[in-house]
Amino acid sequence: MRRGALPFLAWIPRGRGTTLAVFIIRRLLWMIPVLFFVIVITFVLMHLAPGGPWDREGKQLTPQVINNLNIKYGLDKPLPQQFLTYIWGVVHFDFGDSLRSPGQHVSQRVLESWPYTFTLGAVTFLLLVPLGIGLGVVAALRQNSVADYAALGLATAAASTPNFVIGIFLIIFLALGMNRLTGGTFYLPTGGMPQPFNPFQVELIMPVITLGALPTAYIARLTRSSTLDTLRQDFVRTAWAKGLKARLVVMRHVLKNSLIPVVTALGPTFAFLVTGSFIVETLFSIPGIGRSFVTSISGRDYTMILGTTILFAVLIAVVNLIVDVLYVFIDPRVRLSD
Amino acid sequence: MGQILLQVEDLHTQFFTSRGVVRAVDGVSLHIDAGETLGVVGESGCGKTITALSVLRLVPEPGRITSGKILFRGRDVTKMDDDEIRDFRGNDVAMIFQDPMTSLNPVTKIGFQIEEAMTAHKRFSAGLAKGRVVELLKRVRVPAAETRVKDYPHQFSGGMRQRAMIAMGLANEPALLIADEPTTALDVTVQAQIIQLMKQLNRELGTAMMLITHNMALVASLCQRVVVMYAGRVVEEGPVEQIFDSPQHPYTWSLLRSVPRVDEARKDRLVSIRGLPPDLVNSPAGCKFHPRCPFVVDRCKVEEPPLAEVAPDQVARCWVLMRNARQEDVDAAKTSALSVEAAQTLKAQAKVGGVAGS
Repeated sequence: MRRGALPFLAWIPRGRGTTLAVFIIRRLLWMIPVLFFVIVITFVLMHLAPGGPWDREGKQLTPQVINNLNIKYGLDKPLPQQFLTYIWGVVHFDFGDSLRSPGQHVSQRVLESWPYTFTLGAVTFLLLVPLGIGLGVVAALRQNSVADYAALGLATAAASTPNFVIGIFLIIFLALGMNRLTGGTFYLPTGGMPQPFNPFQVELIMPVITLGALPTAYIARLTRSSTLDTLRQDFVRTAWAKGLKARLVVMRHVLKNSLIPVVTALGPTFAFLVTGSFIVETLFSIPGIGRSFVTSISGRDYTMILGTTILFAVLIAVVNLIVDVLYVFIDPRVRLSD
Repeated sequence: MGQILLQVEDLHTQFFTSRGVVRAVDGVSLHIDAGETLGVVGESGCGKTITALSVLRLVPEPGRITSGKILFRGRDVTKMDDDEIRDFRGNDVAMIFQDPMTSLNPVTKIGFQIEEAMTAHKRFSAGLAKGRVVELLKRVRVPAAETRVKDYPHQFSGGMRQRAMIAMGLANEPALLIADEPTTALDVTVQAQIIQLMKQLNRELGTAMMLITHNMALVASLCQRVVVMYAGRVVEEGPVEQIFDSPQHPYTWSLLRSVPRVDEARKDRLVSIRGLPPDLVNSPAGCKFHPRCPFVVDRCKVEEPPLAEVAPDQVARCWVLMRNARQEDVDAAKTSALSVEAAQTLKAQAKVGGVAGS
C-alpha cells in the first residue's frame, strides 16, 4: 500500500526510521480486519456445532431454567443480533461473562490462567533457542560425524515421540523412580501449581522438557539443513580463499546467512509455546489456558471460546509483526515497501 | 621471463564418489613465472577449476589431492599446516571466482568484505586496511567508491561485483591472482571492461595471473602463455602466439576452429567438436581424446602419447601432430563439423529468409 492510500499519515516525514514506524502502524491497523474475520469464523463454527452451554451429562436442567439462562445471557436473540452485541462489547474491551463459570468475566478467567501458560512457554522458548540452534550448527559443521548422528538421532526421537509419552516416561523415571531410588529425599514433583513469571522453579522442569522436545527438534533440524546449504555457497568458498580463520568464516559468513530462515520459524514457534498445550497442562496439573480453552470448547462456553481465540489471534499477529521487523535488521536485502 | 613463482608437479586430485574414483586432475604439471599471465583453457569438466582450487587447497569434499607437488616460491603448499595454508590463501595467492552474483556474502557490506581480506593477514594494520578499501575500489574503477563501500552486494551490478571481487583479490598485493572464468557470468560489454581492467592491473602491479577460461579470445588478449587441458591432463602448452598460429594437438586445433571469426572470410565452417568429454571415472585407453579426434590412428587407441616438445617452448601430447595430418583429413574435419543434412537445412533457411548463404 502506498503512503497516498493513508492520507492521515502524510504529515510524517520520510526516512528509514519513519518508514519503519509507518510500516508498524500500518500492520497494527491491518490487525483490525484480521481480528474481525477471526471472530466471524469462530462465531459461525461455534454455533454450527451441535449442543449448547446448558447441556449436562446425566440430570438435565429443566426447560424453564434453560429459558431463563438464555434470556440472561442474550442467547434467545437471533444470531446476527448476538453477533453485533458481541462485537460492540469487544470494541469496548468487554468480552462478556463466562457461561460455565457464572459471575466471572472472560477477561478475568483468561488473565488468571494465561500467566501459567506464558511462564511455561517463555521458559521453554528461552531454553529451546540456544539448544536447538546449537545442536543444529554443531551437527552441520561436523556433518556425518558421531556428533551429527547423535544430534540427528536425538532430534528424530524427540520429534517422533508423542508428548504424552514423553511426559508419562518423565513422571515414571524422574518422579516415581527417583522417589523410590533415593528413599523420598530427591525427586521431581509430578505437577502442581508453578508460580507465574518465575522461570526458576523445580515444578517447571518436566513440563518444559515435555513441551519443548518437538519444537527443539524442529529448530535443530532446520538449523542443520540451512547451515549445510550455506556451507556449500560460493561466498563461503570466497571467505576461505581470503585466508580467514575458521571461526570467522563460520560466524560472519555461514551463520549470519543460515540463521535467517531459523528466525522466521522462531516466531510461530513462540506463538505455539505460549498458547499452551492441553496435554502438557493436564499431565502436570497446570491451570493454564491451553487446558481451559479445550474445556470451554467441549463445554460450549461461547464467550470463553471467542475470548481465548481473540487472544491467540492477537498473539500470532504480533509475533509475526516482530519477525517481519527483525528481518529488516538481519537481512539487508529486505526493504519495507512504503 | 623472470623466476618461477608457482610450480605444479605431477598433480593428482581425485574425487572419491560412490560411482568410483573421479580423476579430475590426472598428473598436471605447469609453472607460472613472476609477473606472467598464464591461460588455462579447455572444455567444462576438464579439470581447470580443480587444478586452481588445488593450488589453494580448497578442493571441495569428497575431493583430495592424492599426489604431486605444488611449489610456491619453493614451499610445498600440499605440506603446509592449517595456519600456514590459511596465511597463504588470499595473501600469497588470491582467487576470484566465476559468478560474482553468488561469490559475495549477501548480508555483509562490500567494504567490510574487502577490509576483512586484509585484516585476516598481517600485511596491513587494521587502521590502514580501512583506508585502503576505498583506494582499492578506485583502483578497480568503481565510481563513487567512498559511498559505495557501505553498500551491500545486491546494490551492485554484476560488473561492479566482479570489480569488488578483483579489489578483494588484490587487497594484499598477492604475487599470483587466479581468475576462474572471471567474465563468463557477465554481459559482453561488461566483459570487455573487466578484461581491460585486468590487463591494466597486470601492467601496473606486475601481479602474475592464472586465467582459467574456455574463451580463446580472452586468452589471446590477456595471456603470454597458454596451457590446454583435456580430461584432467595437459595436452598442449606454449606461447600464445605460437599456439594460435600452429596448434599441434588436434584438440587445440578444434578449440581454435570452434571460435567464430569476424575478420576472416567465411570460407570455412565453424567446427564444433563432436561428442562429449570422457567420463573421468572410466576414461578411454590410450590418448584420452582419441574417440573424438578426426585424425586418429591405431596407435592412439592403445598407447597414450607423452608430452613431447614439438617446437621451441611448445609441447604437445599427440602421436600425429597437426603438421603431420594429411590435408584431406583436415579438409574433411572442417566440413564434417555439420552433418550434410543439417548444413542443407541451414542453407534452405537462409534462402527463405533472403539472406545470402556462404
